[in-house]
Amino acid sequence: MLAVCGVSSAEELFAHLPEAVRLPRPLALAPGISEYEIVQYFRDRAAENANGYASFLGAGVYNHYRPVLVDTVVSRGEFLTSYTPYQAEISQGTLTTIFEFQTMICQLTGMDVANASMYDGSTAVPEAAMMAVRATGKGRVLVARSLHPEYREVLRTYAKNQGMPVEEFGFLPEAGTIDLEDLERKMDDLTAAVIVQSPNFFGIVDQVKAAAEIAHKRGALLVVIFTEAVSLGLLEPPAEADIVAGELQSFAISPSYGGPYAGLIATKEKYIRQVPGRLVGQSVDSRGNRAFCLTLATREQHIRREKATSNICTNQALIALMATVFMTVYGKEGLRELALQNLAKAHYLAGKVKPRFTGAFFNEFVARIDGKPPDELNKKLLKKKIIGGLPLGRFYPELADSVLLCATEMTKRSDMDLLAEVAQ
Amino acid sequence: MYPENYRYTKEHEWILVEGGTGTVGITDHAQQELGDIVYVDLPKVGAHIEQGKSLGSVESVKAVSDVYCPVSGEIAEVNPALADKPEILNTDPHGAAWLVKLTLSAPAEVEGLMSAADYQTYIGAEK
Amino acid sequence: MIDKVTAHLSQNERLIFERSSPGKKAYQLPELDVPAVDPAEALGAGNVRTAIEGFPEVSEVEAIRHFTRLSTWNYAIDYGMYPLGSCTMKYNPRINELVARIEGLAWAHPYQPESLAQGAMEVMARVEAALAEITGMDAVTLQPAAGAHGELTGILLIRALLQKRGNPRKKILIPDSAHGTNPATAAIAGYAVENIKSSATGVLDVGALEQLVTEDVAALMVTNPNTLGVFEENIAQAAEILHKKGAMLYMDGANMNALVGIARPGDFGVDVMHLNLHKTFSTPHGGGGPGAGPVAVKKILEPFLPTPRLRRAGKKWAFDYKRKHTIGRVKAFYGNFGVLVRALAYVLAHGGPGLRNATVDAVLNAVYIRKQLEPYFDLPYSQPNMHEVVFSDARQAKLGVRTGDIAKRLIDYGFHPYTVSFPLIVHGALMIEPTETESKQEIDQFIAAMISIAKEVESDPQLVKTAPHGTRTSRVDEVLAARKPVLRWKPA
Repeated sequence: MLAVCGVSSAEELFAHLPEAVRLPRPLALAPGISEYEIVQYFRDRAAENANGYASFLGAGVYNHYRPVLVDTVVSRGEFLTSYTPYQAEISQGTLTTIFEFQTMICQLTGMDVANASMYDGSTAVPEAAMMAVRATGKGRVLVARSLHPEYREVLRTYAKNQGMPVEEFGFLPEAGTIDLEDLERKMDDLTAAVIVQSPNFFGIVDQVKAAAEIAHKRGALLVVIFTEAVSLGLLEPPAEADIVAGELQSFAISPSYGGPYAGLIATKEKYIRQVPGRLVGQSVDSRGNRAFCLTLATREQHIRREKATSNICTNQALIALMATVFMTVYGKEGLRELALQNLAKAHYLAGKVKPRFTGAFFNEFVARIDGKPPDELNKKLLKKKIIGGLPLGRFYPELADSVLLCATEMTKRSDMDLLAEVAQ
Repeated sequence: MYPENYRYTKEHEWILVEGGTGTVGITDHAQQELGDIVYVDLPKVGAHIEQGKSLGSVESVKAVSDVYCPVSGEIAEVNPALADKPEILNTDPHGAAWLVKLTLSAPAEVEGLMSAADYQTYIGAEK
Repeated sequence: MIDKVTAHLSQNERLIFERSSPGKKAYQLPELDVPAVDPAEALGAGNVRTAIEGFPEVSEVEAIRHFTRLSTWNYAIDYGMYPLGSCTMKYNPRINELVARIEGLAWAHPYQPESLAQGAMEVMARVEAALAEITGMDAVTLQPAAGAHGELTGILLIRALLQKRGNPRKKILIPDSAHGTNPATAAIAGYAVENIKSSATGVLDVGALEQLVTEDVAALMVTNPNTLGVFEENIAQAAEILHKKGAMLYMDGANMNALVGIARPGDFGVDVMHLNLHKTFSTPHGGGGPGAGPVAVKKILEPFLPTPRLRRAGKKWAFDYKRKHTIGRVKAFYGNFGVLVRALAYVLAHGGPGLRNATVDAVLNAVYIRKQLEPYFDLPYSQPNMHEVVFSDARQAKLGVRTGDIAKRLIDYGFHPYTVSFPLIVHGALMIEPTETESKQEIDQFIAAMISIAKEVESDPQLVKTAPHGTRTSRVDEVLAARKPVLRWKPA
């Protein structure tokens, strides 16, 4: 090969680089180690994390059982090591599963069209906001304070640079649902979108219909966000929404210390050309057989460049596939049953540890333990190998005495009894 | 091929001026370059567009082209046929696939546009 | 003669919804150990849905057969080479998959107490340090979810610094050879885009740059090696021009596979750059994601990095949320941790010397391909190429055959196409990047295929223009898909 290249050593291939830019020393990284040692390294790191703890954490990332079929499917080399399906003839596997994913998301959310996934729920929020701005021609966004705090942070980062004013409206201190009067007061004709989460960050089913009325009356779109996808197994999808966006981590995506996850954006037919990210469409091949391909690519960065609907290139194909397999395994009946179990578990816990808010909740709720500040309570729980709920003080100063507790189908009754005992 | 009574721009638009109205479209050369048209994005009736500014765009599968206004004016009509059948832009770009009709605000601007003969020379040279 | 592939029987399969039958199930939930709750009572009757219409109902066997059959319709790295330029489709080591699934890592909740997340934080710190060393930069954020996301983060960092100095400025210079994410990113970051034309030899035109850099320019976004696979020999000079006018140099790290262990962007004047872990660092493409797009910066930009940042507190790791000048968050939590684990496994497996060797092999493979194909395909630029090579279809276009057709014919030979029609500065581009993980045998087969196709263009152009012929699915009507978009299945 060197002879073909006309050099006597591979080093010569770099000779044309200016001397000044060359790295004159080896990289200061240890030499390579064996497969066994690599496994050992990560096992040691894993051992330094929580192992064997019962957890009551939710807050946007949920502990749900991952059916074994999920990893069986995504571990296939054809799915794992394949590229973006730009060459439709040899990517029908990926394209078909994405088409099925888009369909299932529409069925789940009640929307007409869904894209092939976003990076995650948090980045789907500004993408939805930018969509609303494009669709309405207006520039301002109103967002509920009961939307996940970190999602709101991400929205602000994007909005600041787009010259998109973002204002928050509050929640009712007793019910935990959005303060409709506050929303009405802050609403105006310049608002492109009203963004609401349901179930909200506190786990409470929120006032989507009422928010829709307020938004639509003034020509704004309603964007509904969800972080706990399992809730849609039982809850009516938000039909009044113009855009639904959220997080699919609950569908067989490992918590994995924060990522990778898969977000989604779904919307009504009329906004189809405003949708960011990849879309798979149905067509035929030259023999007349049904075939799928990426479509409406003119919205995207590689064609539209600075006028694109977004700069996003990747979708979370492999992660979305995990969700697709999950939705297939549980199916029509299973997702409902799974949601019912989540509902039952959380309400059992709520029978022992009284919720602070009166609003109806799914599998999470806020609790205030008399005489036990959150940090103290959680310290006691850790001794029993229990990770308690998220102390809310870091996000909501007025709730600094409370925690956000989550119970899923994986939460054992005995652990809930133990938590309740410690909380006495 | 290129109607004598139309005027043409360097960006491959045509305009047919009749009294104070201009009918605007893209040329046969333009539709050939783009390939199969899949979508046309047109302005709203009532919008005022300056000469040289974008009044919309035409999309094929792999490309998007802005359409620039040949003569300043206000959009009086938008071709309703294109929403359902964008493909007529490929088959009849100078006739049935007109894009918009404008009420001209600066008719003198037509003077600076190319005749059919000049346009044919222009696209011949471009090759 | 095509020797890499043979047609064989592949299973047909409908959509999962078309397979479904009422009452079939593939799941099994344990018995509830707590009393059941009436959803109408708990949630309000109006809030409860009756059923998810159309959702699949299949058995486990049917589910497995469905996805397995579909998978066989895909090409993949596990099947053979992907010569896709700028995508760096190297082998995805399976050990990455194993370690990412270790329970203590896979089930770590981002909000679990820091005292119980030290292992995860140590992994992140190790990745930051490795990437800083490889890029020659001072600090790294792991928060961005993908390359384009990293680009946005990088430009926002520049904006924040310039804002602090009193003027965020108005525009970003981008070469006409750039990847589409670059201008799209600049627009989202609130900047106007000004294109800078490449020189006649395809590299950055420093003369033109000098003219264009004014006090209105915030930065130049550059890819190095550029999208022609050619090293930007004037990059240090470009950096000086920018810095003199108070502007910054952003580098798109998509082509880092040509530089690791050989040259470091931090050493040649880059202020901020992103990396694509799913390219250079072997994490799997998975059919289109997930990726990870860490951003590396010089000290001057460190205060603006997304929050939180890892810091050492005595013998432990902690997250620092109190950062006055941060641009904020670009994503919830800390980044695509699962992807970072895979990238670290790759770095540990190679080590310093191994990473450098990989770069050398990647460049050797690409130059070898260039030399072998030069007699058959037009080479628009004559400079030495690095890890990728760009040809044009000029010769074949004379016979009516374009790069897209040649790419489709390559499929019949058992390969995935190279990158078609990019960069835009080459008319009818064929962009080829083998990566270091291809053997000489595989590369020779690829070369033989390309030469055979070049000959077919002369003897039987129609064969090439109507390719592929041997695939299960022939050319898909993309025009129909765009004119009448059908984006979901609906029952008849």
